[in-house]
Amino acid sequence: MEEATIKHQTEKKAPVHDKKEVVIEIKKLKKSFGTKQVLTNINLTVHRGENVVVLGKSGQGKSVTIQCIVGMLIPDSGTLKVFGEEVAELNEKELKELRIKIGFLFQSGALYDSMTVRENLEFPLTRVLKLKDHAEIDKRVEDVLESVGLADAADKMPSDLSGGMRKRAGLARTLIVHPEIMLYDEPTTGLDPITSREISELILNMQKKYKTTSIIITHDMECARITADRVVIMNDGEYIEEGTFDTLHHSKNEIVKSFFKDIS
Amino acid sequence: MAEEIIIPGWKKWLEDIGEQVSFFTRFVKNIFVGGFEWSEFVRQCYEIGYRSFMLVGITSFIMGVVLILQLRPTLVAFGAASMLPKTLSVSFVREIGPVIIAIICAGKIASSIGAELGSMKVTEQLDAMDVSGANPLQYLVVTRILATTIMVPILSVMGDVIGLFGGFLALNLRDHMSLSLYATKVLASLDYTDFLPAFIKTIFFGLAIGFVGCYKGFHSARGTESVGLAANSAVVTASLWIFVIDAIAVQVTSLLFYK
Ligand SMILES: Nc1ncnc2c1ncn2[C@@H]1O[C@H](COP(=O)(O)OP(=O)(O)OP(=O)(O)O)[C@@H](O)[C@H]1O
Ligand SMILES: [Mg+2]
Repeated sequence: MEEATIKHQTEKKAPVHDKKEVVIEIKKLKKSFGTKQVLTNINLTVHRGENVVVLGKSGQGKSVTIQCIVGMLIPDSGTLKVFGEEVAELNEKELKELRIKIGFLFQSGALYDSMTVRENLEFPLTRVLKLKDHAEIDKRVEDVLESVGLADAADKMPSDLSGGMRKRAGLARTLIVHPEIMLYDEPTTGLDPITSREISELILNMQKKYKTTSIIITHDMECARITADRVVIMNDGEYIEEGTFDTLHHSKNEIVKSFFKDIS
Repeated sequence: MAEEIIIPGWKKWLEDIGEQVSFFTRFVKNIFVGGFEWSEFVRQCYEIGYRSFMLVGITSFIMGVVLILQLRPTLVAFGAASMLPKTLSVSFVREIGPVIIAIICAGKIASSIGAELGSMKVTEQLDAMDVSGANPLQYLVVTRILATTIMVPILSVMGDVIGLFGGFLALNLRDHMSLSLYATKVLASLDYTDFLPAFIKTIFFGLAIGFVGCYKGFHSARGTESVGLAANSAVVTASLWIFVIDAIAVQVTSLLFYK
């Protein structure tokens, strides 16, 4: 039943952003560290319910861009609006409220290593959503563990998990609060093809189930193909081309081509 | 020319002080934000007490023994061997106990807090907590600083008792004195002006140990080697703070009590 829905969704690639409500709006974003200019001119609009995949070489500033979206880094100039509000101008309280609506999957997973997987998952429920009802907490934990395929690892410590399991646990901890926006930093890097595919389908499933808006940073073309409503290519601190996976697949641009050269 | 070289150093130093003040204010604010993390606080108290108990006990015991052995010849030369319990208890309770125990705790606790939070910083756990909308300051910092602030004084009192008991055993190597006589002499020679200032001092030692450990951990740089650096500089800075606080405490105490 569950598998059938996933499959169905994978095949059907209809864009879900009918309403065209803008959720993330980035214009002329610049960011440098010291003398090193990382982001030179980022422009991106993301609509509600849309999955945008960002492709780019290592060290191009992909992670920096999404760190700006959650206010971890402050851009040097340009506009960065989430839900219509300029992130850099939010005060501490407003930023916190925004962050509750955004899920951020770290490249490393960033599990709290002094807690078991279960405690990791309970943490955002009790500390951020302030849930008190144990039955509901348990149910949510079981559900999310089930969907990332970690049901039997609930009581393990992060140090006892494999790299792939850690990544899935990190994903579970981010998804458990049902964020409106998901920022995935390389969700499938370092995973075997089968798990990668499962994660990609999970991302897609989240989009359908919770109308999540997502930015997915990846090097994994299979993941991009499965999840993307739209793909943007990043090079030298700016987005050089965007479009659906299929249009970019047939692009004439050399840099764009290089990303697609390994797939038929 | 010279100024250009010196000023950046000063600027960095001043910025660091400013950052410490702001970190401390945020710590104080976060004590009262509501939703105090009781279970994490109790866990920290237990960890700190449990991890340091043996070390503090052994060190204090040895200090008590050594002090008696060192003091004895001098006092005997003045025909004041009967002053041994008094001399030991006053010096131990007022100064040696609190400072030695605090230094031990700086080595044991400040370093482990610095390393723990430093590695959380490096592996993006602090960022993850922050970005999720949870409050790492409330969960990690408030609990740890309050735990050291409470546990270091408790460990010090415990160390005082063990040190004085060590002194009693050492005394009995040469002389014979019953435990009850020794205890009576010790208690008679101590009053609240010995105990209270020393106790208050240890509260500040505990605060400094927790604060420095947390600050260094939270502000460690990226990269694995910075975890070691955070732990290391936590110990050095906390030890320095302990001596500074001790120097201030002795001034305040002598103004208030010893005139
Ligand atoms: N907090 C920071 N301080 C200083 N420099 C940084 C910081 N974060 C990132 N950088 C620099 O910005 C550049 C872009 O980093 P970023 O992590 O965004 O790359 P990326 O595109 O995500 O690469 P990868 O695919 O390898 O993750 C790098 O050169 C990095 O050294
Ligand atoms: Mg990255």
